[in-house]
Amino acid sequence: MINVKKSSGDRVVDAVLYAAMAVIMIITLYPFWTQVVISLDGAGVGGTAYASGLVLWPKELTLASYKLAFDFAELWTGYGNTILRTLIGVLLSVFFTALTSYPLAKRDLPFNGAFTGIILFTMLFGGGLIPTYLLIKELNMINTLWVLVIPGMIGAFNVLIMRNFFRGIPEELEESARVDGAGYARIFFQIVIPLSKPVLATIALWVGVGHWNAWFDAMIYVSDPDKQVLQVILRKIVIQNDMSDINNVINSIGKATAFSGRQLQSTVIMFSIIPMLIVYPFIQKYFVKGVMIGAIKG
Amino acid sequence: MNKTASMERKRIHSERMRLVKRYRVLLLMMIPAMVYYAVFHYAPMYGVLLAFKDYKLTEGIVGSPWAGWKHFEAIFSDGYFYTILKNTLIISLYKLVFGFPIPILFALLMSEIASAKYKKLVQTVSYLPHFMSWVVLGGIFFTVFSLEGPVNSIVKLMGGDPVLFLADDRYFRSILVATSIYQGFGWGSIIYFAAITNIDPQLHEAAIMDGAGRFQRMFRISIPMLAPVIAIMLILSMSGILDAGFDQIFNMYNVKVYRVADIIDTYVYRKGLLEMNYSYATAVGLFKSAVALVLIVVVNQIVKRLGGRDHALW
Repeated sequence: MINVKKSSGDRVVDAVLYAAMAVIMIITLYPFWTQVVISLDGAGVGGTAYASGLVLWPKELTLASYKLAFDFAELWTGYGNTILRTLIGVLLSVFFTALTSYPLAKRDLPFNGAFTGIILFTMLFGGGLIPTYLLIKELNMINTLWVLVIPGMIGAFNVLIMRNFFRGIPEELEESARVDGAGYARIFFQIVIPLSKPVLATIALWVGVGHWNAWFDAMIYVSDPDKQVLQVILRKIVIQNDMSDINNVINSIGKATAFSGRQLQSTVIMFSIIPMLIVYPFIQKYFVKGVMIGAIKG
Repeated sequence: MNKTASMERKRIHSERMRLVKRYRVLLLMMIPAMVYYAVFHYAPMYGVLLAFKDYKLTEGIVGSPWAGWKHFEAIFSDGYFYTILKNTLIISLYKLVFGFPIPILFALLMSEIASAKYKKLVQTVSYLPHFMSWVVLGGIFFTVFSLEGPVNSIVKLMGGDPVLFLADDRYFRSILVATSIYQGFGWGSIIYFAAITNIDPQLHEAAIMDGAGRFQRMFRISIPMLAPVIAIMLILSMSGILDAGFDQIFNMYNVKVYRVADIIDTYVYRKGLLEMNYSYATAVGLFKSAVALVLIVVVNQIVKRLGGRDHALW
């Protein structure tokens, strides 16, 4: 935009605008901040009191509850399973989505319309919770890692996005490779995949964050505590308010009643969102790009 | 006439055979996806037959005896079904009425920020809640709205009595709407922000030459240029009217607020997976999916009619 000399009225409007945005940022961040303060506040130690009200800063800084969280084996199990499902889920999803999208990128592929229709129809209608649950049970997938990564493996929307990206790759590249005797499999792996890193990265991050945050599938399909994911363990503690496991840890190290429930809950929340808080600023721009690809159909 | 038609058919057929041969590797590549969709999407669709059967654990879906429309009759004669249907629609509509304009407003305000760095900062912060699960957000809001929490401190400062917000059916829906706006306003603004950025700067330049102030330009240029996107987003959001937000409600509600917060999805979960009333729950779910299917087809037609081909789903 061109530079215009700002009038004093304009400057007032600017000031109001900047201040309003600052308020919006504070409102957005404050709920997270309450967790930081409550989890770090020493006032909770040795009693039931914890930082309450409009908390701003811990009265007495302590890492005691974080030490406790470190000793809480269930959380690490959860972390392990969440990382595992995220890694395997992303690999499977990206690979099979690409494998599916590449043929569909050929407009003259026989039965292309039928394939696309079969895939897209699942965006409009589905069997719903109960039939899916009974199917998973009949497939004996309960309490396996596979139940967390396979049922959502190829998303119709992701196929559309990738197909459109593949369509943008210049035909000539493939044609010259074909003249040199390369088959479609080789073209796919050696030309199309390397040229498609941006879209593959976008889908990978998309799927990855989805796996990291997923809880419903694990809640209904996984009952074995050794296979449970972080979000469900977190849910048990902060949503269902079930502190039995964490209290066992407290008792085992002989620090009973040293922590208030809310402090433990805040600590566990912080403990589980720290990785996301760290990577989030770096990955969010890819998501923004993804929204734009998704909003405009090719 | 007939002869040319059959020759034409033959030609198409041989052309297709040529393509099948040429693309045989690509057709093989489609096999995993087709198996996947058959098993994990179309088998459950077949499973909705359960809604018309009396599920027997030993017989499976296929072997269980038929029940006709029994479960649907039971649903429609059950007063509680109308409660959850009403809750679903009310919560959805509240979220639409209050939640829809905010990302637009936010994008408009953001586009007025001159400093690119500050803009980036505000955007990054505003997207953050979108990257958190409702387990995390629910847990955080339990603190925020608790008796000793910050919201009640403000209530007390203003001379009010503290309220157990999340267990009070007078406030629960408002909290759902507010927290859903909290989670989605930044993320939802992306599409509008991009549309504003794409407006030809010459329009603004010409308006400035003519002496238009920034409010005039906002109302005469930015908002009219956004109107088509707004219209299409609004129509598209109609197709999700039966999705009142399962993840959010499931992680925030409790028995005390079922009367105002129990929605179709949460009801299906409890009826089906907790009470193991499989057939009944499938029927409720099927009712929802069927209505949603009709809605999305209608909505898509409207979007296309309005010239929003780029945003139409098919």
